[in-house]
Amino acid sequence: MIIQALAFYLFAGILTLSSLMVITARNPVHSVLFLILTFFNSAGLFILLGAEFVGMIMVIVYVGAVAVLFLFVVMMLDISFADLRKGAMQYVPIGLFIGAVLLTELVLVYGAWQFAPDVGLNLAAPAMRFEDATNAESLGQVLYTDYVLAFQLAGLILFVAMVGAIVLTLRKRPSVRKQSVAEQQRRKAEDVLEMHKITPGTGI
Amino acid sequence: MLEFFANPYVSWTAWTLLYTVLIVGGVLFVVAYYTYAERKIMGAMQRRQGPMTVGPFGLLQPIADGIKLFSKETIIPSGAHRVVFLLAPMMLFALSLIAWAVIPFDKGWVLANINVGILYLFAVSSMTVYGVIMAGWASNSRYAFLGGLRSAAQMVSYEVSMGLIIVCVLLCTGSLNLQEIVLADRPFWMQVLLFPMFIVFLISILAETNRAPFDLPEGESEITGGFMVEYSAMTYALFFLGEYSAMILMSAMTTTLFLGGWLPPFGITALAFVPGIIWFAMKTLLIMFVFIWARATLPRFRYDQLMRLGWKVFLPLTLFWVVLTAGLLLTFDALPG
Repeated sequence: MIIQALAFYLFAGILTLSSLMVITARNPVHSVLFLILTFFNSAGLFILLGAEFVGMIMVIVYVGAVAVLFLFVVMMLDISFADLRKGAMQYVPIGLFIGAVLLTELVLVYGAWQFAPDVGLNLAAPAMRFEDATNAESLGQVLYTDYVLAFQLAGLILFVAMVGAIVLTLRKRPSVRKQSVAEQQRRKAEDVLEMHKITPGTGI
Repeated sequence: MLEFFANPYVSWTAWTLLYTVLIVGGVLFVVAYYTYAERKIMGAMQRRQGPMTVGPFGLLQPIADGIKLFSKETIIPSGAHRVVFLLAPMMLFALSLIAWAVIPFDKGWVLANINVGILYLFAVSSMTVYGVIMAGWASNSRYAFLGGLRSAAQMVSYEVSMGLIIVCVLLCTGSLNLQEIVLADRPFWMQVLLFPMFIVFLISILAETNRAPFDLPEGESEITGGFMVEYSAMTYALFFLGEYSAMILMSAMTTTLFLGGWLPPFGITALAFVPGIIWFAMKTLLIMFVFIWARATLPRFRYDQLMRLGWKVFLPLTLFWVVLTAGLLLTFDALPG
């Protein structure tokens, strides 16, 4: 289908360009906005692949939640970027080194795929198991039967991370005045209000 | 000419375009008269008359307002980030319209009958927060920024419980397709089980659309209009249209999830002679009325109360309800599909 190919190149092109813009934009908020565009286009690519469930979850989780928090934090930051750029050159060698390692690995993976004789046999074919099932059904079948332990373990790890973050940042600050809702609900008018009849000129 | 339209691609495109124009036109018309209805209903609740001057019973008031907003000058503050500033209202408006693509108005009356319709709706509604944050940031103004921050925190908080409520409904219906959700068999006990979630969902959509009593992002009494304080004329009108169209969308979503969409109410088959779209419209109007009713009745929440309600009340309650629903369905062997 020519329309599918066109849509692919559109999504992929915008994705590549916007991910480039993420690292080149001068304003960090613009960077995050381009990152959102990147997420969005990758969701489009998933939908083109027929994985509409993953695409939608991509938008809900990454665009709707993760990137909101990024944006939230970045907007509040007050950084002078001239200061930040000063020391940036000393990190170029290590950056180049990591980039080179990643590139080599990518080339190796692709090269193995192309030239090694038996790598193709390692390909799993998960889609073949469920002929008529929708995306969500087949994902659920695989996740909650074959990989239920791994799935639960991932959940547990995330949970521990969340608890850790809360424990690290939670501190009691006695100076902050907090309201106790239960206490307020219990309060009655009789406890705090007194009615007095005052004859003029006498006072209480 | 006829042969040209007989081509399946051409006829498909033509139908889609026609349907899109019908939906967008219809939504904009309803938005215009929703603002009129709001002013009239709130007037009645506060013993006033509401708009009365333009046209009979003030019926032409929304059109006059529209013309006024069109003909005014769009002011862009000198310190604003121009592109983002203009992008924000457009994005909010566009998002509130594209979500209508998956809403089934009647049996088969849906523009895009996709398998993950409910996720699509949820994704679109979770993206509307960007319109507000971008507006707040790009205005380069303290009030607007505060409004944007508030809105980000609020919408993300209430989305969590909305998602869990949707999971409850999905457990009962066994499908992510909106038409199948409407058509799914719901015995009486299942409706009783879902009723508390319906109430929580109603409250959450008030927060999700930034409406009273949760309209803190606007908060005119403390931050003078919040994220849209720097917007004027058409850019303001787009925010306005987007907000009202999002309210109607959320009403339609509630109708589809909880009130049985285009089916006659309470399963009375004798009423099936009335076209489904009429039932759909009436149920949606009912929820839309609740929006106005809440605005005229309730005072605005304080910010910490809003967060407390979202995280400490709704989140545990809905989470518990997901477990309860799943447990009951499993125990009584009533899981669909």
